[in-house]
Amino acid sequence: MRHLLDFQGWTRAQVESLLDTAKVMREVLERPVKKVPALQGFTVATVFFEPSTRTRISFELAARRMSADVVSFTAATSSLQKGESYKDTLLTLEAMGIDAYVIRADAAGVPHQATRWVKGAVINGGDGRRAHPTQALLDAYTLLEALGTLEGKKVAIVGDILHSRVARSNAELLSLLGAEVWCAGPPSLLPEALPGARLTPSLEEALREADAVMVLRLQKERMETGLVHLDDYIARYQVTERRLGLAKPQAPLLHPGPMNRDVELEGALADSERSLVNRQVQNGVAVRMAVLYHLLVGREGA
Amino acid sequence: MILIKNVRLVDARGERGPADVLIGEGRILSLEGGEAERVIDGTGLFLAPGFLDLHAHLREPGEEVKEELATGLLAAVRGGYTDVVSMPNTKPPVDAPEAVRALKEKAEALGLARLHPAAALTLGQEGKHLAPAGLLKAAGAALLTDDGRTNEDAGVLALGLLQAAPLGLPVAVHAEDATLRRGGVMNDGALADLLGLPGNPPEAEAARIARDLEVLRYALRRGQARPHLHIQHLSTRRGLELVREAKRAGLPVTAEATPHHLTLTEEALKGFDPLFKVAPPLRTKEDQEALLEGLLDGTLDAIATDHAPHTPAEKEMDLLRAPFGIPSLEVAFPLLYTELHLKRGFPLPRLVALFTDGPRRVLGLKPLHLEAGAEASLVLLSPKEKPVDPKAFASKARFSPWAGWVLGGWPVLTLVAGRVAHEALE
Ligand SMILES: [Zn+2]
Repeated sequence: MRHLLDFQGWTRAQVESLLDTAKVMREVLERPVKKVPALQGFTVATVFFEPSTRTRISFELAARRMSADVVSFTAATSSLQKGESYKDTLLTLEAMGIDAYVIRADAAGVPHQATRWVKGAVINGGDGRRAHPTQALLDAYTLLEALGTLEGKKVAIVGDILHSRVARSNAELLSLLGAEVWCAGPPSLLPEALPGARLTPSLEEALREADAVMVLRLQKERMETGLVHLDDYIARYQVTERRLGLAKPQAPLLHPGPMNRDVELEGALADSERSLVNRQVQNGVAVRMAVLYHLLVGREGA
Repeated sequence: MILIKNVRLVDARGERGPADVLIGEGRILSLEGGEAERVIDGTGLFLAPGFLDLHAHLREPGEEVKEELATGLLAAVRGGYTDVVSMPNTKPPVDAPEAVRALKEKAEALGLARLHPAAALTLGQEGKHLAPAGLLKAAGAALLTDDGRTNEDAGVLALGLLQAAPLGLPVAVHAEDATLRRGGVMNDGALADLLGLPGNPPEAEAARIARDLEVLRYALRRGQARPHLHIQHLSTRRGLELVREAKRAGLPVTAEATPHHLTLTEEALKGFDPLFKVAPPLRTKEDQEALLEGLLDGTLDAIATDHAPHTPAEKEMDLLRAPFGIPSLEVAFPLLYTELHLKRGFPLPRLVALFTDGPRRVLGLKPLHLEAGAEASLVLLSPKEKPVDPKAFASKARFSPWAGWVLGGWPVLTLVAGRVAHEALE
């Protein structure tokens, strides 16, 4: 694989080899000196057309832990409106000799477009509703740590599925790894179809006997545009202690963050033993190290 | 005088020849040869009546950076068009007689394709107050439309139809329910869900066509003169069925389809290239097949380009921000000649009719056939194949979803009332 845009066209073996590398990186991160020279001489650019400090820091840390040089570019979408194009920005960076681009944008497809303009490897750092593949990889890694395998495991993803790149990428990836993915949300926030997932408006159906539960953030904007009413959402879709009782005992709880406490998730659950939220963040760096390594060094065979 | 020797003839009536076509004084003088200063060997070529495009965005006034009359009308004659209807969604919109007159005068001075400006149905295309249809017609407006905007107020559309009817002006509509379309940028469905792009449902088109047909019924019942509703760039199977039923019921409705809806589907969006972003969006194979049937059975009266030029920088934005539109004046005929006629056996006379008599009838113009005495607005077509090269476009929009497609049927000579407006003879 030359780029990581989404998981279309990926094989299970390719993903597993990537996750194996992540395991090695995880060990590196537990050493007193958390740095290896693997990417010495490479330059990674984080190009964020949509701001996201958490994801950007995670990628930059991943690159630095492997001794890569890092440059970052952040643009307000307003400057895009003024006619400064993605292409111009990327070609400018290209002229500076970038080896890998981590691209984040509020519109689906921008990383795909970027592959037509630059020679370096493109990593999708989240594009609109389309995909957030490194988030899905870190989720899969975290779930594998907790469950041992994903084969035959039922994973429930709850919330605004329609607008969620996290749901899309997880449906693609977790099903590729053998999981049975259920997506539940209000009808106005469900797509017509998602490859790899079963869709249901019933939270209960999704949670029943689930081996793991992933809760998505509900955007304020959805209420403003009338797609959902907050009180109604809380009443019917909030993941509560009681509802979580439908899932398997000790089923872990994931959330891509940032969280709206007491909206999509009962506040107390976020801090409970079942919550793997902090583990997700830690694994995020390791997984992103593995992605950079695979795309820049381990191209052969991948 | 020009003599085109040994050329095959094709018009709405059929294919025949070869003939020796003698042209002079702006007319076809004879199909049996004669003396001429200039003799063109037409062996292996086709001669057809000049094409009429019902739907081109020439961007003048206001957005000359995208296109202007000089480039747009040159693109037109290169594409075999002798007559072009320009859409009024310019900046400002063409909603006053002076604006129509200015466009007509400027186009005449250019001596390329003839311009038939469409004028706005409502002032500023805002959908609220009717533009002065009578004055617009007197200034030379060929039809009324708020294309680019959807007429949300049914009452205003009804009044527009009533007002235009005695003037013999068609009212053309961009049939999309904007409230159902919301922010859709591609066809709504499983593919849009997969790609994470907001969808524009086919039902948004059908819902609006159904409403507009009821509005037409109202105008028909209330008015003394017969109104004429023209539905632009039809893209869905269901929309087509509604038009077919309405035509069977005798309603005065006509419809057009575009080259892109006839040759591309939503699948093209898989590469996230805004080149394929168009309104209404590219639909499914099933919709496309329905449109093809509609071309054959007469539900569709015309193929209209919806030529919509933009700057390359605009089209290099993302799919949410890039503007809608595909430039196609220069490739429309070769594209359909190749994809429909050569590859799918679509009858050539019918195809030519959809570029000539069909759109002429929508504007209330007489059919144009290849016979002695007919106006010499003609296009000579070569079956020789060559790839689409957007860099060579006359249009300012030098990009194309068909770049590299190998097509035949290129216009090599375009005559506008006997005058050579484009020549690419070898
Ligand atoms: Zn339109």
